[in-house]
Amino acid sequence: MSYLPYALAVWLLVVGLYGVVTSRHLVHLVVCLTVAQSSTYVLLLAVGYRKHATAPIFKGIPLGTKATDPVVQALTLTDVVVSVTVLALLLAVAVQVYVREGTLDPDEIPAVRG
Amino acid sequence: MDVLVPLPVALPLLAAAVLAAVGTFLPAWFGDLVAAVVSVAVTAIGVVLLTRTGRHDLVYWFGGWRPSHGVALGIAFDVDGAGAALGAVAGLLMAASVAFSWRYFDETGPLFHVLLLVFLGAVEGFALSGDLFNLFVFLELMTVAAIALTGYGDEPAPLQGALNFGIVNGFGAFFLLFGIGLLYGRTGALNLAQIGRSLAGGRADGLVLVGFLLVTAGFLVKAGVVPFHFWLADAYAVAPAPVCVLYSGVMSDLGLNAVAKVYWPVFSGPLAAHATALRAILVTLGVVSALLGGAMAFLQRDLKRMLAFVTIGQIGIGLVGIGLLTARSLAGTTLYVVSDGLVRGSLLLVVGVLIRRIRSCDELNARGGGLPVSGVLFAVGGLAIAGLPPVGSFFGRALIEDGATGGYRWLPVVLTAASILSGGALLRAAGRIYLGWGSDREPVLGEEQASPEQEEPAHPPRGSLVVMLASAAALLVVGVGMAAWPGLPGKAVTAAVRTIDRPAHAAEVLEGKPPPHERASAPAPSGTSIAAGLASAAGAVGLALLALFGGLEALARRPVLRLKALHSGIVTDYVTWLTAGIAALGAAFVLALR
Repeated sequence: MSYLPYALAVWLLVVGLYGVVTSRHLVHLVVCLTVAQSSTYVLLLAVGYRKHATAPIFKGIPLGTKATDPVVQALTLTDVVVSVTVLALLLAVAVQVYVREGTLDPDEIPAVRG
Repeated sequence: MDVLVPLPVALPLLAAAVLAAVGTFLPAWFGDLVAAVVSVAVTAIGVVLLTRTGRHDLVYWFGGWRPSHGVALGIAFDVDGAGAALGAVAGLLMAASVAFSWRYFDETGPLFHVLLLVFLGAVEGFALSGDLFNLFVFLELMTVAAIALTGYGDEPAPLQGALNFGIVNGFGAFFLLFGIGLLYGRTGALNLAQIGRSLAGGRADGLVLVGFLLVTAGFLVKAGVVPFHFWLADAYAVAPAPVCVLYSGVMSDLGLNAVAKVYWPVFSGPLAAHATALRAILVTLGVVSALLGGAMAFLQRDLKRMLAFVTIGQIGIGLVGIGLLTARSLAGTTLYVVSDGLVRGSLLLVVGVLIRRIRSCDELNARGGGLPVSGVLFAVGGLAIAGLPPVGSFFGRALIEDGATGGYRWLPVVLTAASILSGGALLRAAGRIYLGWGSDREPVLGEEQASPEQEEPAHPPRGSLVVMLASAAALLVVGVGMAAWPGLPGKAVTAAVRTIDRPAHAAEVLEGKPPPHERASAPAPSGTSIAAGLASAAGAVGLALLALFGGLEALARRPVLRLKALHSGIVTDYVTWLTAGIAALGAAFVLALR
């Protein structure tokens, strides 16, 4: 078992967080959010990976052949769908912010505070 | 197998799909009608499910994929008392919200009702699911519908609230999913009972701790527990009042409930040896939330934002009940959040009436501008939030406080202080708006939030006001009057005893063994908790009068202003707090659970 995919997943999460925290542009910020989310794809796929295993399609292969875990692949697919929905909505909100306020800097959008 | 179990999710989602397809071709009342019928049906199903969970959970395996030899491959809904109760409350709040928005908005497109229905379906799924990954999916579905609902309307303010909501909750969900991935990697299971059974033999090693940290943090973000609460106040302040009702009344409560719903079946085995340390951490988080929420509520002039901080404070008290890790305190939290959620929903609808009439929900601008009837509702709601015996939430708080034994005997004092702050803030606003007391200048409270629409005050027709006030009154009556249900605390404790009995619960879900039927009883509230409830109500009235007639200048001190300044409204700050909060929580786990 290799630790590399797990290290990559953590790295993506941290980089995405860093990007969001330091972001000065909403589109950049939302893309960084997606980068952070892609860490979960890597993690899930790494969890289900098995060395020298085939894809989990059990037609025409002998019984007992090693296969990767299909459950995590289904989870990843669901995760991707969720991620795209959130991405699309947040980008739509970002566009509306620009139309109304003429800026995409998170620090300059009029906000409720205090 | 109970065919009713999937309906609370299936009905709203199907109705939403149909309405999205044909809504634009039909008159506007069609959307109102569909949403009203579905939410009433979901409420009724929730109540029926609740009455059937008295002796055992309702476990429903989709597609008939039952576990074989104790191994669950299918996806299950596992309906326990708390889940069914929250599902029924969600339906009720939605029904009130739909009735209210029928007369609240000048015009709603059909998509408003589609979004409400999707939100309701997600909420029900989250309340009933017994599968960790499905919790994540429904959590995200809730977030997606809620981002759009927060931004609903055409004032400029909502956008920032919707953005903060989406981004912070997005991160909460990633942490949750990361934790799910780790737990699946360890156990190969997603069913809560199955993961728990698989982890039970082992000890709490690093992976289990990190998994617990990430999963819990994901739910705490949704619940709005300090320091993950920043988004919540912004989203509430800008979302339309009928939408806030659903957020405050049920979304935060569900996030909180999920902490217990996952802790007991999954982590209570490996973490059993560390219960003392875990109790200290969770109770501390709850107390900080309760006090900070109360204090910030007292420093608000925007009523919706004030109620958002009241929510944060009340959720903190609920977290204390979960954190005490006993059946009685857990039952107390369930009663408390259900009753209080309904009261907060009612208060938000009363605020909605104010907005509809004078186009503002600013405490200072609205001075002396409220309807007397709304004033009565608002004041009763304020006293209920303070926990005046014998309203519904009092019994919940009494169970939590009476469960605080050993080193936690100081808890009633702190919870009383938090309730005084929340209740005092609401009663102060009630006195100023509905009685015209106090001044209309309080520099400490800051600038007016979320500029109101620049329109002349509207004078909604009498019929509209009656409908709007009736929906608010209905929620208030159910929330306050829950206490009149005979033996309710005993039923809640019985349900909680089953929740925390991990091996019996796992056998029930995975092997279909009926749980041992023990009818637990709830002790009558002790003298301490009655005194705490009375002191909270009296203190809240006193604090409100002091604030109205003494002014708030005494608060203009550096720590207070710093605290307000922390809530900067900038999403990058909030994500920083989220990261720091998770790091701090992780450090506390590592230190305490070594």
